[in-house]
Amino acid sequence: MVAYVIRRLLGLIPVLIGVTLLIFFLTRVIPGDPAIAMLGERAAPNLVERLRVDLGLDRPLFLNVAGFRETGSLKTLFDSQYFGYMGGLLRGDMGRSILTLVPITQSLTHRFPATIELALAAMLLAIVVGVPAGVIAAIRRGTWVDTGVTLVAIVGVSFPVFWLAILLIYLFAVVLGWLPPSGRLSIGTSIEPITGLYVLDGLLRGNLSAAGNAAKHLVLPALALGTIPLAIVVRMTRSAMLEVLGQDYVRTARAKGLPAMRVVRKHSLRNALLPVVTVIGLSFGSLLSGAILTETVFSWPGIGRWVYDGIAARDYPIIQGGVIFVAALFVIVNLLVDVSYSLIDPRIQYA
Amino acid sequence: MSDAATAPAAERGSSLSRDVAKRLFRHPTGLLGMAIIVLFVLSALFAPFLRPGDPLKSNLRTRNIPPTLVMSPADLETRGLSRGDYPLGTDAQGRDLLQRVLYGGRISLRVGLFAVAMAMSVGTLLGLLAGYWGGRVDMFIVWLIDILLAFPGILLAISIVAVLGSSLTNALIAISITQVPIYIRIVRSVTLQLRGSEYVQAALALGSGSQRVILGHILPNSLSPLLVQLTMSTGTAILDVAALGFLGLGAQPPAAEWGVMIADGYNRFREAPWLSIAPGLAIFLSVIGFNLLGDAARDALDPRLK
Repeated sequence: MVAYVIRRLLGLIPVLIGVTLLIFFLTRVIPGDPAIAMLGERAAPNLVERLRVDLGLDRPLFLNVAGFRETGSLKTLFDSQYFGYMGGLLRGDMGRSILTLVPITQSLTHRFPATIELALAAMLLAIVVGVPAGVIAAIRRGTWVDTGVTLVAIVGVSFPVFWLAILLIYLFAVVLGWLPPSGRLSIGTSIEPITGLYVLDGLLRGNLSAAGNAAKHLVLPALALGTIPLAIVVRMTRSAMLEVLGQDYVRTARAKGLPAMRVVRKHSLRNALLPVVTVIGLSFGSLLSGAILTETVFSWPGIGRWVYDGIAARDYPIIQGGVIFVAALFVIVNLLVDVSYSLIDPRIQYA
Repeated sequence: MSDAATAPAAERGSSLSRDVAKRLFRHPTGLLGMAIIVLFVLSALFAPFLRPGDPLKSNLRTRNIPPTLVMSPADLETRGLSRGDYPLGTDAQGRDLLQRVLYGGRISLRVGLFAVAMAMSVGTLLGLLAGYWGGRVDMFIVWLIDILLAFPGILLAISIVAVLGSSLTNALIAISITQVPIYIRIVRSVTLQLRGSEYVQAALALGSGSQRVILGHILPNSLSPLLVQLTMSTGTAILDVAALGFLGLGAQPPAAEWGVMIADGYNRFREAPWLSIAPGLAIFLSVIGFNLLGDAARDALDPRLK
């Protein structure tokens, strides 16, 4: 098991290197010079040159061959933009925002809890509603309940997230006025952060009204973001349950006269859970990318909204840092999902 | 895979395609999906006849009219309009929303299908390369897939367009790139599976060249999974085109593109909710169409479910 995890972790290295390479060179092939983009077209050439040096843009992109020929030391060979960035990345330094000069890592740590809170709430919705719905559809196979659940699941994956978000705001915030349309807290409410998850922090601090306020703000974005994972979880639970319910040992358990609920819970659900866990893990990725759309519509101060603002402002360090961070997170979550298989299903052994 | 399905089908004297079509048509949801798609294709094709005029031209006299379809008779009378004048309303520039939604279908369907076709061609080629010749080529291509799949969902498309610049063409390229890995995977796995199978080995031993094996055995066997994927990914592509348009990264205003129209309505949805409702509904319905058809196609083409 440990050997397996280590091997998988090592396998991540080439992928992550590829991710940084791709993003790094993508953000370097842009037409136009970032220094000119920052200072404007009419900036004095010597100022532009100074900024280029400050940003390290005067260094070669990938390998400093000319410098290497001159000095002969390997250190100069790697004195390039890419290896400079990678070196910083390993030290936890991702550069600074071009516009605000705030370090990227600082913004990431500051905004990450908001995204995680939203993703967790969406995932919770998907699991708490999706798994039982899928199980019921499978047990009542072929009835109108099953047809209804399956149809709702197909409809769910077809929603454009941003459109659903707008509809939810219109219905629940504008027309009915039940829930706030945007943000994480009402003006005038504040929570001293512990974890950065406001609902949890409010509860931990014993500040129930603030926790309630945060929870109210969370409902609509979580609904918008959670709909697609919910639909996916429903479909997967249903088909996995159907497969298991057809197995001989389930028939045997029924034939022995075990109560129906017990057969479903102990014999079937646990065995059907494996593909469901995979799907939940993979949906985490769609949560992260869906967060860009959801956070933009709800003005949710997470990483998605930050990357969106970075794109609008052509702030490349933000795009670079945000995208690399999300990709790394996604890859690691996928690894955790794979590893969790053996915890759910002891029959799976990793050689 | 489907060879197992074709053999008995041939004995009964029916071809695979007829067999599949029969099963597809027995699928009520598949039929519904097909009907929705046909409706969208027709309405996009005949948009100029259904709502003549220029969908980009503004008209100051017809600004901000709510949908006449749901307007009360009294309102219709005071405005001097009839029920069918602006069924879905007009926007702040006085453009007819129904017309723009119909024209929007042209953009979404064209870009969606084109992006998917490009992804499928490139993916099939790379998948064949990787699966058939193996070795370093395979290792490199698998590495490429892993990298591309490390970007969840629309994130890769967003980063590509953010860099290339916002335009419909760049959005198409970006969406196409994000869809390539799945096609490589499909073709690569079929190729690997068949490369080791006895009948392909036999064909090779009898002197068949690579070309014959690829065209005669591997590609026909990749066809069903590719078709299922094609249907599904067209829906995803339509969603992604709209999402990029909404974020300001795809088609640019005043284009009659569904995502752009929703973004336009988003700024004013308190006063004029119909602006975002109609184009959103169009995306939603067309994607449902492709998903329903894809689902039915998977059932129909899966020999195990026969």
